[in-house]
Amino acid sequence: MDLYREILLDHYKNPRNFGKLKDADFEHKEFNASCGDEISIAVKLDASRKRVAELKFIGKGCAISQAATSMLTSHAKGKTLEELHNITKEDIFKMLGTEVGAGRIKCALIGLKTLMRGVEQWEGEKHG
Amino acid sequence: MTMTTHANAGLRPEELRKQFPALSRTVNGKKLVYLDNGATTQKPLCVLEAMDRYYREYNSNVHRGIHRLSEEATEAYDSAHETIAGFIGAHSWQEVIFTKNTTESLNLVARSLLPTFKKGDEVLLTQMEHHSNIVPWQQLAKQHGLVVRYIPVTDEGILDLLAARKMLSAKTKLVSLTHVSNVLGTINPVREVAGMAHDHGALCVVDAAQSVPHMPVSVQELGCDFLAFSGHKMAGPTGIGVLWGRTELLERMQPFLYGGDMISSVSFQDAEWNELPWKFEAGTPVIAEGIGLAEAARFLTGIGMDSIQRHEQALARHACEALGSLKGVRIFGPRERAGLVSFWADPVHPHDLASLLDQDGIAIRAGHHCAMPLVVEVLKQPALARASFYLYNTKEEIDALAAGVKKAQKVFG
Repeated sequence: MDLYREILLDHYKNPRNFGKLKDADFEHKEFNASCGDEISIAVKLDASRKRVAELKFIGKGCAISQAATSMLTSHAKGKTLEELHNITKEDIFKMLGTEVGAGRIKCALIGLKTLMRGVEQWEGEKHG
Repeated sequence: MTMTTHANAGLRPEELRKQFPALSRTVNGKKLVYLDNGATTQKPLCVLEAMDRYYREYNSNVHRGIHRLSEEATEAYDSAHETIAGFIGAHSWQEVIFTKNTTESLNLVARSLLPTFKKGDEVLLTQMEHHSNIVPWQQLAKQHGLVVRYIPVTDEGILDLLAARKMLSAKTKLVSLTHVSNVLGTINPVREVAGMAHDHGALCVVDAAQSVPHMPVSVQELGCDFLAFSGHKMAGPTGIGVLWGRTELLERMQPFLYGGDMISSVSFQDAEWNELPWKFEAGTPVIAEGIGLAEAARFLTGIGMDSIQRHEQALARHACEALGSLKGVRIFGPRERAGLVSFWADPVHPHDLASLLDQDGIAIRAGHHCAMPLVVEVLKQPALARASFYLYNTKEEIDALAAGVKKAQKVFG
């Protein structure tokens, strides 16, 4: 497992889309109790209400969780909600450039989980 | 250095290692350096063989068959209780109950003592407890109106006994504390706390999961009422734990689980309980595991618990020096400690540190160590890295750890 390649460390040290988002349509926070990783993602939709116009995250934790979320937010910007639903854990591995073992999979997927719970809640409120 | 001489004088880890098959394997092409013994220890051949022999040669159920195999199994299983009683200085083998693990042992005490508690009674724990010694009491408190209070931990990482003294009152029905903290390595003054508890008419329960495997423990010397520990953390198998309790208390307590083997007679209307310890061992018990655990206790006794403790404490001192000399490493816990070291190596998150060390074949633990209230609320850390030692670890392995930590800091630097 060559997990800590430069691209990952770069995303960890210089996270993309990091910060608060004004006028977010929805925001969701997840906590990974076993690591202490924390991720909060805020999403603003475009006029069609079906596409991500802007999204930002705030988080703290290990390099895998923070870098994977940074990569995910870059990937998710401009995508439709339907496209977000199709993101799989393999897509996250592809972004990280490696598969992640059982011990760290929660770290790799916490960003995706946070984003999708946020999306589902927003859709559940009959916005979908 | 003196500590090395001291450690080697008592025990030869290089020789002992040969008896642990798993220690000779490689991880990622590197020699395994196993420093996660607080989570579970490796198993020596004699334990594996004892369990294997039971399954191959006299596998059968205990306490029921009137045939040769069952008699052999019964003899081996019952005498395992005797071996463990001797190992912890208990007066009688009937005070030794085999459970699934420390957690189940503590749940047994909590559940079986419940009828003796009333609303408003207080249970005193400490801030350095493992979840297994928090959650069972917390749930009883919620369901039955008990009050759980926590003895604070000082900045040095030791129990605040002055505060404990003030917290004890006529309302206190039970004090339950860990003998050795699995995060800080603190060795708690159990005898003193048990004395304080008894002065107020309270019982004293000890979570000995991190002490019984690593140092001489005598329940008589500790003066406690219950003592719980696990087999797999002391070179024994998983799936078995021990609860020791004073006879007069165990006899008064309700069974924890109901079913076969824990009864002396059953009618369609009612049942009478079996004698100790069987009253608390419902169903077919952990036969192979009991046999394996007894073998582990004999193995440890053969080495000497004093020697094991000295060796591990010397390793811990060496680890504190080696890690402490690295820039950005903060070590948690008191100077006087058992054989484990929890630390934070800036700027590397413990999980990343564990992953990077694993690439070099070094196994440590990273996370909250099942002691979230201590790690998050008292130490204010999201997670910690922990290296924990056993009789087979060497000074060289700790040097490898320190080198690995330095390397990880470089990756993130």
